[in-house]
Amino acid sequence: MSARAWLLSDAPASRLQARLGRAYLSARALVANPLALAGLLIVVALVVVAALAPMLEVGDPFAQDLSQRLLPPSAEHWFGTDQLGRDILSRVVQGARLTLTIVVLVAVIVGPLGLLIGTVAGYFGGWIDAVLMRVTDIFLAFPRLILALAFVSALGPGIENAIIAISITLWPPYARIARAETMTVRNSDFIAAIQLQGASSARILWGHIMPLCVSSVIIRVTLDMAGVILIAAGLGFLGLGAQPPAPEWGAMVSAGRDFLLDQWWVATMPGLAIFIVSLGFNLLGDGLRDVLDPKHA
Amino acid sequence: MAEVLRGTGPGTARKAPSLARLSRRAGVLLGTLALTFLGLLFVTFVIGRVIPIDPVLAIVGDRALPEVYERVKLELGLDKPLTTQFVRYVAETATGNFGKSVLTGNPVLDDIRQFFPATLELATLATLLGVALGVPAGVLAAVHKGRWPDHVIRVVSLIGYSVPVFWLGLVGLLVFYARLDWVAGPGRIDIVYEYSIEQSTGLMLVDTALSGNWDAFRDAFAHIILPASILGYYSLAYIARMTRSFMLEQLAQEYVTTARVKGLGEGRVVWRHALGNVMVPLITVVALSYAYLLEGAVLTETVFAWPGLGLYITNSLFNADMTAVLGGTVVVGVCFIGLNLLSDLLYAVFDPRTR
Amino acid sequence: MKALARLLAATAVAAIAFTGAPRADTPADTLVVAKQIDDIITLDPAEVFEFSGGEVIAQVYDRIMMYEPEDTEKLVGGVAESWTVSDDGKTITFKIRAGQTFHSGRPVTAHDVAFSLQRVIKLDLTPAFILTQFGWTKDNVETMVKAIDDSTFSVTTENQLATSFVLNCLSAGVASVVDREEVMAHEVNGDLGHEWLKSNSAGSGAYKLVVWKANDTVVLEANPNDRHGAPKIARVIFRHIAEPAAQALQLEKGDIDMARNLGPDQIASLSGNADIGVTTYPKADVYYLGLNQKVEPLSKPQVRQAIRWLVDYQGMADSFLKGSYKVHQAFWPSGFYAAYTETPFHLDVEKAKALLAEAGYADGFDLKFDCVNTWPQTDICQNIQSTFGQAGIRVEIVPGDSKQVITKYRARNHEMVSLYWSPDYMDPHSNADTFARNPDNSDEAQSKPLAWRNSWEIPELTKLADDAVLERDADKRAAMYIEMQKKVQEDSPFVIMFQSTEQVAARTNVKGFVSGPTFDTVFYRTAWKE
Repeated sequence: MSARAWLLSDAPASRLQARLGRAYLSARALVANPLALAGLLIVVALVVVAALAPMLEVGDPFAQDLSQRLLPPSAEHWFGTDQLGRDILSRVVQGARLTLTIVVLVAVIVGPLGLLIGTVAGYFGGWIDAVLMRVTDIFLAFPRLILALAFVSALGPGIENAIIAISITLWPPYARIARAETMTVRNSDFIAAIQLQGASSARILWGHIMPLCVSSVIIRVTLDMAGVILIAAGLGFLGLGAQPPAPEWGAMVSAGRDFLLDQWWVATMPGLAIFIVSLGFNLLGDGLRDVLDPKHA
Repeated sequence: MAEVLRGTGPGTARKAPSLARLSRRAGVLLGTLALTFLGLLFVTFVIGRVIPIDPVLAIVGDRALPEVYERVKLELGLDKPLTTQFVRYVAETATGNFGKSVLTGNPVLDDIRQFFPATLELATLATLLGVALGVPAGVLAAVHKGRWPDHVIRVVSLIGYSVPVFWLGLVGLLVFYARLDWVAGPGRIDIVYEYSIEQSTGLMLVDTALSGNWDAFRDAFAHIILPASILGYYSLAYIARMTRSFMLEQLAQEYVTTARVKGLGEGRVVWRHALGNVMVPLITVVALSYAYLLEGAVLTETVFAWPGLGLYITNSLFNADMTAVLGGTVVVGVCFIGLNLLSDLLYAVFDPRTR
Repeated sequence: MKALARLLAATAVAAIAFTGAPRADTPADTLVVAKQIDDIITLDPAEVFEFSGGEVIAQVYDRIMMYEPEDTEKLVGGVAESWTVSDDGKTITFKIRAGQTFHSGRPVTAHDVAFSLQRVIKLDLTPAFILTQFGWTKDNVETMVKAIDDSTFSVTTENQLATSFVLNCLSAGVASVVDREEVMAHEVNGDLGHEWLKSNSAGSGAYKLVVWKANDTVVLEANPNDRHGAPKIARVIFRHIAEPAAQALQLEKGDIDMARNLGPDQIASLSGNADIGVTTYPKADVYYLGLNQKVEPLSKPQVRQAIRWLVDYQGMADSFLKGSYKVHQAFWPSGFYAAYTETPFHLDVEKAKALLAEAGYADGFDLKFDCVNTWPQTDICQNIQSTFGQAGIRVEIVPGDSKQVITKYRARNHEMVSLYWSPDYMDPHSNADTFARNPDNSDEAQSKPLAWRNSWEIPELTKLADDAVLERDADKRAAMYIEMQKKVQEDSPFVIMFQSTEQVAARTNVKGFVSGPTFDTVFYRTAWKE
């Protein structure tokens, strides 16, 4: 039996086969959608470029050459050079690593955090739910960028503080989603069955409820990543993110402001990078939502 | 005979909820509001204490004598336990005392009052643009779902979610101010008019109109149109997307098919009846959009040197004037929370299903 | 479809209608100047010690002695008309000009002058050291500075000092004459009107202060009764525009008349524009790196030497600093009496590495670098970070706006800082006093010259500087200052890098603006627009 037939079989012999079969179908649906496919390709490209950055032969992002300042895009410097003679392409590539770091770290913090709070609140109900939801609502009502600004200004500029600041304001929607999902399955039969078997709450949460919420969280995370990139770039633009000479994209746009008139590439290239990556995550997130959550129009 | 056909879905409750229910709902929401404000203040209080800058030194300067230092420290209540300090902070903020700006020496509230109208004006105009263009765009996308208007509008929307506002602002300045000369440059109004217009409301468009000086009005407009359009684009993206979503739900309903069968013109079905039914949830969307714009204004104001609250906060930040930064944060936070709450309230009033 | 078409049409019509707005040029009697004024923290002349603040108060107040636009290197009487020196050389008696009035309408009297000087000592703020070096204290200033009658006052110094030196000090911002009655009318809690005078003015100069909005604008209005005659420019508006490119853009569009912070890239891009003229004014600003001696590696002489060889002076001066900075490595600017123009240092990474190894830092060390976040500091700092890195010194740039950086510096909280210094008066002692003199290195020191800020213990150099200020023979005196500069150049916490020339770009219809060697010999009252 071919692999494809095995995956699509009507009568899967094991849970693993069923799961893989479903994943295969979802993946196919995703790829069938051209916009989602484009998004996926962009995100994959980001990961690849970031991972392979040191190996790509694009030059040293930190090497200054004052005699080569502000050169327009050419065969030697595909994106031109900046005001200190550094090659912009290499800086954009290096900046991809920073961007990916921020995105991954934020996702790794807010996803599990929101998931934990939401499932606990939804499962236990009562006053635990009330307190956790109140806290969540309060954080949900805060303006993200402004709070991130205030945090970073208190803690000092830098990429770690930016990540913390963004994460602190980003987790509430995940708690909400997880809680909603938890509440729909909380009273279902199979949960009752497991409870009767004597499973502890922790095991139920960890082993049964959380996995059900994961797909919604993943969709939301992907959609939010675009926003995270924009906020991080915004902080970088204001000088609050990674510090020079780190080639953070937002900071590069800010530095390029001074040369906007005649040397537009210094600000435009990193700006395009931000835009394309953000777009990629948005497209991918939309595609994922269409595939994994068909209720949504 | 302006009867609007009713279907199901948000905003189409058959009868108004009872007064008792409403007031209880309002009570709960007000309670939530108070708690949320408290939470916001707690967060800003914590931020204010986390900073490594000595708040006393920030006020008295590094050359002050020890007695002056101690006196100011006592005045600020920094010798008391943290909980007492927090209570004091809440009390002061609630009465409008946000402290004194380290830089200008003025009360922060006065400074904010000076800068806030600029942001208000910008966000309002941007929202108006967003609504004026976004709602029709969303309707069109829904009506022509799957065909090219839908695709175009979806792409435009998507770009709005992905492009960094500060970059778009810079590009806008480059193209429309530097190269094409279609709009005026950074700042709210040209020098010529700045000192001859009476600033009664702080809203430049209103003040120039009130003064009757139409050249000044056009100048103020030429200054605001670019930043407002940039911000408006984001508003448009969000509103168009939500409108499309709501309209798709409406157009799938039975009453629409019935109306068409009965012979009602497509225009009326779509624009008067379907759209009429989504008005209320749309208002909540607009309120939320306004809230997000207040935030986005921070970056736009930096690019356009627009003297609003966002620029005030960032400048204070670079001057390590934490009192001002936190004061500004509280103000934006309050507006944000207020608008969110308004959104929730309207939704609750008109749709008893959302419990 | 119809709806969409209608919508688009309406938008287009509105857009066209409004963008046809006539572009208003700046009015003929108003001068709009774009300048980075984020360093202003006060406008009280007894407190001002920042460049932009100094420029503003120079328009608003008359000083006892002044430099005038006709010859910015010649010291002449300002409020004072004539003076005589006592036989023991310690007292100078001045007669003030007749007919001077303050903006309030009150006449300028010797009592106002005495009050102004006494006030500086009593308030004891940052620039007070310029006058306390005369031996004035809060207790004795009322006897040392006296109004003898309405039009005569005298100043007495503790030691016998070169008259030219004393007169030069009385041309600094602290010697601004304030309206005593006006200031005291706003006194609160015995502060001698300080709180009020921070953001208001009470002077007799060519302009009065209308408003100062921090980090935003300063508006000055002409004084029709100025002793030089009513200024032709009725209003001077300083607009804070942080980015040089934005300044250049608005200058091109005619939204502003003058841009003061343009860099070589912007100047180059404006060169083809017939409506804009660029004038170069030699300035007396020196740019330097300050190395805090409290920081362990920096306290070793080989490290300080190594750092001197790690700055790409010529590289920067030939590229992004072209036209606005030239290489200069001594603390007194070139073009003035007693200047020293040798520039022995250049970028030599190998030499630096060898020196670092000698000091025990073969693997380099970490260093925090406080930088002001405006051009050209940002680029200078990044370039320095890069060249230092080649020898293993890992520099972390700590950006801040000029107020923040200066505050840290004044509190000795920095490791390495990059700033510039402009003389307070055109006598070499002004710079020697700050670079080569540190009478008290303790934390409670009364005076905080740059040498103090970098914790540099220099008893011998201080003595040399003290002797030089008393030396009456001009040639001998010059030789002493040259010796001081050599010593500071060879080994000190100061790595002096550049001297600036100011390139001011203005619309060609702006005439008569004068910018002299220091930050406050700037004259708007002589300007007009054709």
